[in-house]
This record gives sequence, structure tokens and C-alpha cells, in this order.
Amino acid sequence: MSKLNSRIPEGPVEKKWSNFKAHQNLVNPANKRRLDIIVVGTGLAGASASASLGELGFNVKTFCFQDSPRRAHSIAAQGGINAAKNYPNDGDSVFRLFYDTIKGGDYRAREANVYRLAEVSTNIIDQCVAQGVPFAREYSGMLDNRSFGGAQVSRTFYARGQTGQQLLLGAYGALSKEIHKGSVTMYNRHEMLDVVIVDGKARGIIARNLITGEIEKHSAHAVVIASGGYGNVYFLSTNAMGSNVTAGWKAYKRGAFLGNPCYTQIHPTCIPVHGDFQSKLTLMSESLRNDGRIWVPKNIEDVHKIREGRLSPNEISEENRDYYLERRYPAFGNLVPRDVASRAAKERCDAGFGVNETGLAVYLDFSDAIKRLGKSKIEEKYGNLFQMYYKIVDHDPYKVPMMIYPAVHYTMGGVWVDYELQTSVPGLFAIGEANFSDHGANRLGASALMQGLADGYFVLPYTIQNYLADQIRTPRFSTDLPEFIEAERNVTESIDKLLSIKGKTSVDSFHKQLGKIMWEYVGMARNENGLKKAISEMQNLRKEFWSDVKIPGAANEVNPELEKAGRVADFIELGELMATDALHREESCGGHFREEYQTEEGEALRNDRDFTYAAAWEFKGVDNEPELHKEKLTFEAVELKQRNYK
Amino acid sequence: MDFKLKIWRQKNSESKGKFVNYNVSGITSDTSFLEMLDILNEDLIHKGEEPVVFDHDCREGICGMCSLYINGRPHGPDDAVTTCQLHMRKFKDGDTIIVEPFRARPFPVLKDLMIDRSAFDKIIQAGGYTSATTGGVPDANTILVAKENADLAMDAAACIGCGACVAACKNASAMLFVSAKVSQMALLPQGRPEAVRRVQRMVAKMDELGFGNCTNTGACEAECPKSISISNIARLNREYFNASFIAQKEIVRAESGA
Repeated sequence: MSKLNSRIPEGPVEKKWSNFKAHQNLVNPANKRRLDIIVVGTGLAGASASASLGELGFNVKTFCFQDSPRRAHSIAAQGGINAAKNYPNDGDSVFRLFYDTIKGGDYRAREANVYRLAEVSTNIIDQCVAQGVPFAREYSGMLDNRSFGGAQVSRTFYARGQTGQQLLLGAYGALSKEIHKGSVTMYNRHEMLDVVIVDGKARGIIARNLITGEIEKHSAHAVVIASGGYGNVYFLSTNAMGSNVTAGWKAYKRGAFLGNPCYTQIHPTCIPVHGDFQSKLTLMSESLRNDGRIWVPKNIEDVHKIREGRLSPNEISEENRDYYLERRYPAFGNLVPRDVASRAAKERCDAGFGVNETGLAVYLDFSDAIKRLGKSKIEEKYGNLFQMYYKIVDHDPYKVPMMIYPAVHYTMGGVWVDYELQTSVPGLFAIGEANFSDHGANRLGASALMQGLADGYFVLPYTIQNYLADQIRTPRFSTDLPEFIEAERNVTESIDKLLSIKGKTSVDSFHKQLGKIMWEYVGMARNENGLKKAISEMQNLRKEFWSDVKIPGAANEVNPELEKAGRVADFIELGELMATDALHREESCGGHFREEYQTEEGEALRNDRDFTYAAAWEFKGVDNEPELHKEKLTFEAVELKQRNYK
Repeated sequence: MDFKLKIWRQKNSESKGKFVNYNVSGITSDTSFLEMLDILNEDLIHKGEEPVVFDHDCREGICGMCSLYINGRPHGPDDAVTTCQLHMRKFKDGDTIIVEPFRARPFPVLKDLMIDRSAFDKIIQAGGYTSATTGGVPDANTILVAKENADLAMDAAACIGCGACVAACKNASAMLFVSAKVSQMALLPQGRPEAVRRVQRMVAKMDELGFGNCTNTGACEAECPKSISISNIARLNREYFNASFIAQKEIVRAESGA
């Protein structure tokens, strides 16, 4: 436990960030030019951090595996971004956003970080508007807001159903400005494959050029991981095909702790799975729950008729519908947090009320909203989402209710960081979804965009200077140091090994097997036996992978199968750690639901006496048990309660 | 469903490419086009052949990474979708499908169906932003934007930078792409202070990179997966024309900080 220092500043929670900024070390402009920072990833966190650090005068090198930084998966976030602006005058405040986030996270997040997040949330909106992000407006010319799950106020700013795209393009614009200026050097189509530690400090990375296959060494005074989440460990998720854990996992293997890896968000409103060949799942924004009502038939006979195609949902009368969220949670209704909504859908489907042929779907119905607001208003608010649904499913959601089912969407766990967003390795930072910090055991809707941009624009550019102030006498590093050579060899050997196996099974089939194990045993509901089984199955899968994977092509060319193989190898090891974490946490909280620990009504039952801590795991070798460190969470500003959305 | 595929194979940017024929069978109609290619690749891997390389990422029509030219149309036969949102139900059983990369000189082929679109990044880097730096900006609601303008700006900002407009254009013009960004910024008060140099720099960069001129065929709008309107090109031309009244010298002086 002594190994973890969360470095939370002194003072009451609302004063901590001001206190930190007032007393932190800064780097003067002349010295900034001499300091290099590597940023891995160009989503909201990585792009905003790269741009902001470049503006300050640091020399930044930014990496992404896509063909352009604009394509990072933040682009796909739909619904909106929260901020405690209180523009609608409906009672919002920094404290309320802080409180909702702590409560939404089921009291498993660090108070000080969450308060800071709520505090800087208002600056983010100002920043984005200054960049020309075309947020939705009222006729007055002022910004429009809508409401999202887990909140009783409307604090979500949005740009149609493409908020992530617009925010990312804003950050990408700022990044492009700095690339033009020369303060940021951009490395597209590069993948980080190791982090280099010199004298206990992160001093660079090893990256593979995905076009030439060349292994490159890059040095810096600090390394920032902004590589997003690891939901693709489940194979099917709403993440992009290339989203992966590799940067974070390599950092873990070099000594950075992983925090709460088992906290996974299963999003309630995704288009249901339709076949074995399916490559990914598509999210239907949570914003739809503002106007859509979720239901299944009350009578099992109606369910059978629907599945056989003998009955249309529109023919089922109001009294024969079960609006189960409105029934169970009258205070929040369809806008309960995601974990609650997902479990409720699973509960109805497990009870046999699922409405498609697989039995794994519920209705999201807009007929009331269309009657109330008119089709054109609904089109204006959600047009692109309805179009997306129609293109994929081939049913018109203006006429028949959408069918939805929960799917893996976001990972609250990630690289453990202290208040300054520094990992347990000095000089190595993690921001955005890649870190574990702000959402506890469940993230509220529209808060991922807020956190990514908070970290990148307003937190890291301050906190990283507190570290770099000590590094001003350190000259630029040569990449010929033995540590760089060792890391490079480590990467090359691992690639050679993968290519030399020449087995019989494709990377995708391993990935699908892994996904099945994870979804079955480490998914929406977990139990001791299942988790133990998952761990042993994944250990076997790892051995099979390393003896039977088949990767065509060579290392010195464009080779997507080789890229995928490296990522899947890391996912298999990560899966084991996620199951280990889920097994050790003998309570239910947020997205982590252990069947053994629930209330009589089937709600998550926390064990605050024994588990009010963040679990930080330390790597001890692939075949050894990782070591658990506990960061005790203390709550001074809020009182620990059982979450209640009734 | 069964299909005959003629797919462009090219080892790298230096080598010459050619069409290679493949067959896929037992595809269900709700398979997406890229999932159909996944199935083909899985089959090729089992046979010990090299899988077909193509760019893709989000698979929900927003990242702009997929870039296939299918039966002579960027992103294939369906309207207002990216390749990843195209489903096999749009084809007939037994169809022959021709799959090529987007073709334009500024988008060189890297391998098979994968192209290099960094030219688009360079155009944005030349000025496709406001120069607001982090911090020190006014409260968001002090900048009022008429709803109509905000909506038009959003229509333009929906561009995903995929390059279908360039691939569709017989001149390989990037005018729709450039006009989308110029329009978004021109319609918003935040974008006005830099409007002149933005449009001049972006157009100059577009020309420098070898994109062709616009001859108003409208193919770009017809093929755009996000239905970006060519009225944006009219706005770009207006902005560019107006900017021409400001002497080049003054802009250069402003840039050098003199």
C-alpha cells in the first residue's frame, strides 16, 4: 500500500485544484522549448493535450495508428458533453455535477479528481465554442441543452447526434494549428509497442511504422498515454476495430499499475447482435432515452407472436406494454444510469420477454414523442441516428420501435494515475479513457467527452509541468542508450515470434473465442465459479494462441494481421487480469455486478466496509499472480449511500 | 448469397497493381460490405494466401477511414453511406462486384485498397481552424449564433474527410472538402477574424497538392456519404473572391507579425 501515493492536495474538496495550481512548479518559456513530450493517441484527450502542450511551447511528438489524427474513436461519440453551466436555470452547479458523477460511479471514484472535473467542465464548453464547434442553438442564438442519464438537470451540450465528431474536429483543428506552427510533430500510422524506462523514469517509446514495418525509437522527457479504452477485449463492442489496450498494457508490463480493470460499461442502447460474422456493434445514443420509451410486452403470448412475425409492436395496446424502467424507477424513468438500464434489459430478456428471434432485444419507442413534438422535431434532434439505424437494420424507426440490447461500450478501468494524472512510473502519464480515474464503477452519459477534454486542455498541461520542472537540466536523450536498444529488441523479438508460429488458426478466431469467454463470464453479471472458469480458459487460450496463430505476410510491410495479432495477444492477458480483479471484488458496484451480492430487488449491493478502495494491480510476470495495491477512497464532501433512482 | 469479386491488388506504392478474381459464397443479406471482405480474408488466410488490405475503423460511418470504390462509385451503390454502412442486401445474388481504391493523384495507393489521404490533413493544417488557444476564451453564451447559421455550419461540419468527393470527381477536385471547412468557419462569428487568410491558405495548399479544379458536375455532392451540399462550394468561391480584394501583402505582413 505504501507504493501508492495519490498526491491529493490539501484543503476542502472545492479548494484542492486552486491550491494545487497556486503551489505547483512551472516551467519557464525558454526551458519549455528544450523539453520533449510524447503523446500516444489523438482522441479528445490526446489531441487536446498535444495542442495545448504545443501552444505552451513544449516540443511535442504525437502518435496515432490511424491514417489521420481526426479518425480516433472519440469521433463516434454521439450524444453530448456535460458541463455545469446551469444555462437552463434548472438548479445545476459544480457541486451537483460532482455529486451526480460520484453517485453515478457508485462511490468508487476519487473525490478530488471528480470535483476538479466538474470544476473545469464549464471551461471546456467555452473553449470548444471559441474553436467554432457548431453546438446546437436556440432561436435566441444561445446554446441548447438536453438531459442525460443519472441527472435531474439538463446540462448536456450537443451537436446533433455527432457531438464527439465535432469536439474531436475542434481539437484536431487546434492540433493541426500546432503542427503547422512546428511545435507538434505528427506520426500517423504508427503504433506504440513499448515504453522505455531509464533510471526509473519514462524516457521514450518504441513504435512501429505501420506502412514500412520499421521499428522506431523515440525519446522524450515525458510520455503521455491517451490511447483510449479496451472494450475490444470482448471482440464485439461499440469501439472501433482498431481500438486496443496495447499502449496501456505495455506500460503495465513496465511497472505502471492498472486500476480497477474489471469496471466495464455495458451500454443499454445498442443495435442487437444479428449473426456470427458480425464484426462490431453500433451504439444508439443515450440521448434517445430523452424521448424514447423502453418497453417489452407484458404478456408472454405477445412475445411469441412478435417473434413469429404474427404481431407488430404497434398493435400492442398501451395496457399490454411493460415500460419496465418507468415501472421500477419512477423518479428517473428511462433516464436511469447505464448500468441500471442494462441490467434491467437483461432481467426482462432472461425472463423470456426479449422481442427478436434471439430473445435478446427490447423496444425503444418514439411514437409518443412523435405525437407530442412532431416528426420534424425528432428528425432534427436525432435524424442521423435514425438514418444509421435504418441503414443497418432496414426497418424505419419513425414507424416501428427500434430494437436495442446492451453492449460493451466503455471501460472505466485503466492505467492507475495519481491526482496529477501520473502513473506509478515517474514521467509516464495517462489521460482520457486510458486512465482509471474519474468515473468510479460506472460512467454517466456525456461524461467521457468531458473527461477527455478536461484532462487534455485543462489538467495535464498544468500537472505535467509539476514533473517537468525537475527535468529542465536533463538534456535530450540519445536513443542509443542500452534501455532503448533493449526495448527495441523486445519488440522485434515479439514480432518475429508471432510470425514464426505459422499455426492454423487466424487472429480473428482467437479474438472471437476470447470475446465469448469474456462476455459469458466477465460480462453484465459475474460470479465466482464463472470467473474462475474464465481465468483458466483464458490461460489455455493464451497457450494456444502462442502455438497456433497463423499470420500471413512479413514484418517489413503493411500487415494488418500482424497488428491485430499483437493487440489480441495483449487482450488475452488483459482478460485474465479483468477476471482476477472481478473475482477479488466481492461486492457489486456500478458496472461490476456480482450475482452473489445483490439486494432482494436485484440491485447492486456494495460492501463499503471492505471495498471502498481502488484496486491497482502490479505486473509480476505473465505466469504469476499480479500484486494488488489498494488506494483507500475517502469521502469528505459526500456521504456514502446506496444509489437510489426510484 | 454468392458473389464474384474483382479486387484491386497492389503490393505497395511503387509496384503495379492488377485485378484479381475471388468468389465468396453463403453470405447473408444483412452482412455489411466490410464483413463480407472479412469473410473473404478469413478464407484467404486459411488457404495460405495474403488477405486483402483495406482501411476501416469505426464501422459506423463516422471515422471516414473506409475508402472503397465499388462498381464505379465511391462507397458503392447505396446513397449517403460510407462503405462500412453498405450492406449486401443492396446487391443481387450472383453479382460481380468490382472493388478498387479511391483513385486520385494526391491519394497514392499504399497497398491493395489502402490509400494515403494525408493531403487532407495538410489542407486543414494550412488554416482549417480558429487560432484560439487553450484558456482565456469568453463565456460560451457571450458569442451568439443565429440558429439558422449554426445549423448550416453543422451541415458543413458533418464532413468526415473520407475523400469520396475527390474520388468521384473527374478532375480529382477537393473543393467540396475544402468548402465544407471554409463554410463552417465562415458561417460562425468565431471564424470571421481569420476568414481571409483561411480561405487563401487552404485553397493555395489544395492547388499545391495537385487536386484539380471544380467544373460543377455535382458528382461530389451525389457521392458524399454525409450529403454535404455543393452550395458550400459557392460559399467558398464567394469567400475566395471577397478575399482577393485584400492585398496579399497585407496578409503576409499580418502573418509575420509586422
